[in-house]
Amino acid sequence: MAKETRRAQTATAKPGAVFPLRDRKWHPKAYDPGYRSSILRSPKKKLVMIPQTASELAGPVFGHDLIGNKDNDLITNFARSGKSAIGERIIVHGRVLDEQGRGVPDCLVEIWQANAGGRYRHVNESYIAPLDPDFGGCGRTLTASDGSYRFATIRPGPYPWPNGPNDWRPAHIHFSLFGQAFTQRLITQMYFEGDPLIPRCPIVRTIKDPKAIQQLVAKLDMDGTKPMDSLAYRFDIVLRGARSTLFENRLEGN
Amino acid sequence: MARKKESPSQTAGPYVHIGLTPNFTGIRGVYASDLGKETGAAGSDAITLTGTVYDGAGEAVRDCLIEFSQSDGKGSTKLSKVGRKTGKFTGFARVPVNLKTGEFRLKTVKPGMVAGPGGSLQAPHVTAWIVARGVNIGLHTRIYFADEADANAADPVLSLVPKSRRKTLIAEKVAKNRYRIDIRLQGEDETVFFDA
Repeated sequence: MAKETRRAQTATAKPGAVFPLRDRKWHPKAYDPGYRSSILRSPKKKLVMIPQTASELAGPVFGHDLIGNKDNDLITNFARSGKSAIGERIIVHGRVLDEQGRGVPDCLVEIWQANAGGRYRHVNESYIAPLDPDFGGCGRTLTASDGSYRFATIRPGPYPWPNGPNDWRPAHIHFSLFGQAFTQRLITQMYFEGDPLIPRCPIVRTIKDPKAIQQLVAKLDMDGTKPMDSLAYRFDIVLRGARSTLFENRLEGN
Repeated sequence: MARKKESPSQTAGPYVHIGLTPNFTGIRGVYASDLGKETGAAGSDAITLTGTVYDGAGEAVRDCLIEFSQSDGKGSTKLSKVGRKTGKFTGFARVPVNLKTGEFRLKTVKPGMVAGPGGSLQAPHVTAWIVARGVNIGLHTRIYFADEADANAADPVLSLVPKSRRKTLIAEKVAKNRYRIDIRLQGEDETVFFDA
């Protein structure tokens, strides 16, 4: 492994690294006072750079038996028999890619969101908008061999939150992704094209590069719509990409 | 072809449980059980690792969720798939901290020694990844064991950590098969977090 890794190494990586380093300037910084909660929850000391060993290159492998056939349908997966969630019916679909543009297969994609009124089903949630008895707010799927995934859901509502005197979250869906390696693990949020709350949001603004923010904005996709049923939004997600193919934690050439 | 940029991280927020451990927050009937609820550790090999995550004011971070991953007792990272069947060791756990006390509790096995760089062996350790409201990008750390002093002293990753800070990564043995470590996101004795 060591020999192959050396061959694969480029100027952007530490010796022995399979994945190029994360671009920490593209991601939000831990400390961003505009997002109040980060003030006391951000490490102040520098991250310690460590090599990518088997511990960082391994990761859980998910069996297809895990996924139930309604898991990716948030409109019905919590609904009472014969009912469905209230709200604008949408399809959210796209591909999970790596930095080399390759589709990531068998990637576990988990999502969660507020209901159409901007209310989450959570014990700590107290917003005045009502719960929808037919909406739970969670879904999951495994990507296909080309990295594609698809959810049916309702468009979540925006909601106010205690940060500044009058901060509102834009409509968003939380995304959690596993690649093949621990180093690829990512949680992020998807926003909706054209939402005027996006540039006003202190959480969005923890990302400093406008191009990086654009990467989290799903585009209306008329070709993906289901006529007379659901609008579609297209959202591709990029995970860190190994310079070589990872196969059972061994490098398989380049 | 130009490399694509990794999608930027955003906080998991205070309601991460809805997506990752829905049964834990009372959303029942969607998934049969919460993913990663058990590592599959059982019997006399099982150990318990507990602790609390604290913020810079010394308050417990009660909305946080930790994912753990590790080798089996022999140091292998090629483990059973995480699927519907439980009972086989997967090396993976997803642990929401107690919403009232902020304490986490992981039942697992003591990991073995995993290969390190240049043919070295690493001391037994558990990898942890922490997300919460206010955490803009998941925090990566490791948990070592105080009763592995010799292996810890030779560990190639611990040796990259300034000596005075290594103790933040080492769980104390509090009883037979029971360990404890507190994680401090900020402040004096701030836990060491990694970039890999």
